[in-house]
Amino acid sequence: MSIFVGKETRLLVQGITGREGSYHTSRCIEYGTNVVAGVTPGKGGQLFADKVPVYDTVKHAVLDTKANTSLIFVPPAFAGEAIIEAVDSGIETVICITEGLPVSDSIKVCDYVKRSGAKLIGPNCPGIISPVDNVKAGIMPGHVYAPGRVGVVSRSGTLTYEAVGQLTPLGIGQSTCVGIGGDPVSGSDFVDVLNLFEKDDFTDAIVMIGEIGGTKEQEAAEFIKSEVSKPVISLIVGQTAPPGRRMGHAGAIITGTAALASSKVKSLEQAGAFIVPSPADIGSTTKQALEKN
Amino acid sequence: MKLHEYQAKALLSKHGVPVPRSEVISSLSEVRQSAQNFNGKCVVKVQIHAGGRGKSGGVKLVDSVDMAEEVAGQLLSKNIVTHQTSPEGVPVNDLLIEEALNVSKELYLSILVDGGLGKVIVMASEAGGMEIEQVAEDTPDKILRVVVDPNVGLMSYQARDLATGLGIDKKLHSQFIKLLLNTYEAFIQTDCSLIEINPLAITSQGELLAIDAKASIDEDALFRQTDESLQYDSRQEPQIEKLARTSGLSYVKLDGDVGCLVNGAGLAMATMDVTMAAGATPANFLDVGGGADVDKVHKAVEILLSDPGVKKVFVNIFGGILRCDVVAEGIVAAAKASKTPVPPIVVRMLGTNAEEGRKILKEANIGVYLVNDFTEATKTIKSLS
Repeated sequence: MSIFVGKETRLLVQGITGREGSYHTSRCIEYGTNVVAGVTPGKGGQLFADKVPVYDTVKHAVLDTKANTSLIFVPPAFAGEAIIEAVDSGIETVICITEGLPVSDSIKVCDYVKRSGAKLIGPNCPGIISPVDNVKAGIMPGHVYAPGRVGVVSRSGTLTYEAVGQLTPLGIGQSTCVGIGGDPVSGSDFVDVLNLFEKDDFTDAIVMIGEIGGTKEQEAAEFIKSEVSKPVISLIVGQTAPPGRRMGHAGAIITGTAALASSKVKSLEQAGAFIVPSPADIGSTTKQALEKN
Repeated sequence: MKLHEYQAKALLSKHGVPVPRSEVISSLSEVRQSAQNFNGKCVVKVQIHAGGRGKSGGVKLVDSVDMAEEVAGQLLSKNIVTHQTSPEGVPVNDLLIEEALNVSKELYLSILVDGGLGKVIVMASEAGGMEIEQVAEDTPDKILRVVVDPNVGLMSYQARDLATGLGIDKKLHSQFIKLLLNTYEAFIQTDCSLIEINPLAITSQGELLAIDAKASIDEDALFRQTDESLQYDSRQEPQIEKLARTSGLSYVKLDGDVGCLVNGAGLAMATMDVTMAAGATPANFLDVGGGADVDKVHKAVEILLSDPGVKKVFVNIFGGILRCDVVAEGIVAAAKASKTPVPPIVVRMLGTNAEEGRKILKEANIGVYLVNDFTEATKTIKSLS
């Protein structure tokens, strides 16, 4: 079992015929993901990689293939609408990889998705991978991951690969790894993912990787304090970032004391999380936390 | 994308928000005429992309045309240093010459995105003219907030609530409500990430005016913003950052001597942290991005090496979409093309095609130290100092 995705996942890829969409769809299929359909307006009727049917609309794709999860690669100007199209067509879980959505679009879209009862991961995220169920709905390098019982949630893509790259050699496999994305406004936050990991019988501990900017980590700390019984191992990056400057991610900017790495670490420490002292120690701190429990 | 005060005020004014009369000048010969418009009683304000200009002498009240000219002469075409700028400061290319007003009360007003809520919020305070950060720390109860529902936008009742909460005279409520709703319109229509009016003044004549204004536009929405008056002033940006930006690289200059080249923003911040923890200091944040090719990596190394402060380089790549051999080829090309001596380069490569990448670097003979993990990387960096 895993969260967001699993053996029952029937994946649809929006933007399947584009450069990134086609490359990553092939990697997802190789990993074992059940990709049932693709959507590119105007390209309906084609077959992707000789087997995945391409449709003009999500509605048609869902009717024909019973797709229940969508992975989105469409350009930023159209990604907001693509998310809404997926939700309106009955998709339960939408994963938006696209980077660069205007914030005002994200605000409207996230609000719309919340009211619909569907789930949205991203935008600007690496996606979700479950090594346990062999499902990859994202752009992460699959070979780094190994099945196991630790859940990983992060705002960053490559830093998640780094974390997993430290866990796997220590024999610490992963149940599900979720990238919530680097934007200031996103469909799912740490709290949403922590909540699912806490309820997931196949996850024993949670590695949470945060960064400067916003207050998502503080909200996570509040939640951990009151609702999470499993050990949480946490790394916050950006200790050396200067204030007022955007560090790559749209959301990674220090605009007040709460946005500082140090205040996030303090909140998480007070919530009882195991703090990873340096990005080099993600594996070792997790190992210690697992041994203590 | 930051705008200058005069651009922010033009934007507000276009949407019906009252601002003081003013003129932007960029040469000393224009000062006298501008100041004469206000009988010499005016404020001379430097137009820069950094806060703290008041405390650094960048805002001066004058009461004669002669004095305006003298002050302008001291500021224009010089660099100004504030607590938010680098030690070299930022250039003063433009001055705003603005009428001086009799202010009876100063308020604070801003509209911004609250990431945690995923909504636009309005913040207001009766403690105007102060940095809101300070107010938040000292007297948090003096900050009022309303959350905007994206489906219906800011409601006038919410503005009325704020007017009441701020203790604004009832006679001025309708003025305040109109001003706030218009500011919100400006925010939404131009895809702003921030509009801050501080202070929002109540003059002795009972008028509400935006005396100072800051605005930033969401960079991801620039494709649909066509207003030419909202152009970015790239003269405010250090040359090296401008070069990085136009090359599609995410780069922030810092003060250290370890140039960092990383893929991914999170890993780039982690790399800086690790460098610092090892007792060295990062010279920059640099994310080459997921879709980089050989040319882009070449450009990134070139930018790193153009910083005279860089004495060693730390390349940290976790290959995913970005292949390590592509990175290696870019590094080799840049090192071979470099006209200045190339500092030692410590390279950690993992993930997609890491072995191929390491082989390319080893064979190129350009003074690369290949390491396997963070600990080895930091040890090597330290040994090089």
